[in-house]
Amino acid sequence: MLNRILAVGLLAGLVAGSAVAVLQEVTTSRLIIAAEAFEGAGEAPAAAAPAAHDHAGHDHPDMAASGHDHAAPAAALADAGTDDHAASGHQHDSDAWMPADGLERTLVTSLATIATSIGFALMLTAVMVAADGKVTTRSALGWGLSAFIAVNLAPAIGLAPELPGASAAALEARQLWWFGTVAATAAGLFLLGRRPEIVAKSAGLALIVAPHVIGAPHPNEFESAVPAEIAAQFASVSLGLAAAMWLLIAAAAGWFWQRGDAREGLPA
Amino acid sequence: MTTSTIASRSNARQGALVACALAFLIGGALVFTTGFAGADVLHNAAHDTRHALSFPCH
Repeated sequence: MLNRILAVGLLAGLVAGSAVAVLQEVTTSRLIIAAEAFEGAGEAPAAAAPAAHDHAGHDHPDMAASGHDHAAPAAALADAGTDDHAASGHQHDSDAWMPADGLERTLVTSLATIATSIGFALMLTAVMVAADGKVTTRSALGWGLSAFIAVNLAPAIGLAPELPGASAAALEARQLWWFGTVAATAAGLFLLGRRPEIVAKSAGLALIVAPHVIGAPHPNEFESAVPAEIAAQFASVSLGLAAAMWLLIAAAAGWFWQRGDAREGLPA
Repeated sequence: MTTSTIASRSNARQGALVACALAFLIGGALVFTTGFAGADVLHNAAHDTRHALSFPCH
């Protein structure tokens, strides 16, 4: 059984990951590279290119004004805010290896995407087999859609998919909220969809809503120099990419699992 | 007879659940490595993927 799950997860992840890697190259990767030209402009104006700096200066008053609404609920998290983050987390060790722009970056990114897809495919297949004892393309698409909602859509409501250079609260606080939201939404969807009891359904609904009542950690000031149009486009494209990834993983896992069924059904 | 059939069925079910748990952990370890691991080299390699799939990054 383990070998079968591993084989199906590996193949489904490979197929879906390869397709997503191509989509990514012509969508999100281009926006990331466009945004990197602005990265750091907000944090260190002295070091920024003059053009980018002017731009940041233009946008700042507006952003600060609208930002106050957001900053209020995040006041409790002020300690985990951007100042800390800029000082510690953001500047990575410049000696560490980094893929060179161009083909190397594309290939390494594609590998990371395929590995991530294989990981997600293994997890999804394992959950489907544990819950149903089998996988069909039809049931898999429902599971895949739920996985997209739990892993990408629900966390994106609190923490929008974000470009390099965007302001954000401390990484650990966001990762913690992200994990909690994914786990609560997944459990909530399961209770809502798979349990007949009204109590279980209510608990499921509460689990889905709770992370958003608690609220995601946000920075107490907005300092990104990346144009809002690029950031907005990135957020929607990123969610589309994630949806494509999950539906492809689900469809492929269903297909490969059923192929295995057909082979087993033949007289030995 | 019946008892042993039931027993072997529940053994098979248990074995399947153990297999699912193992596969889930292997998949989780992979996702953790590409999406969350803190090492600079891993971060730099998976950087664009982390952003594209909206893992909290930086």
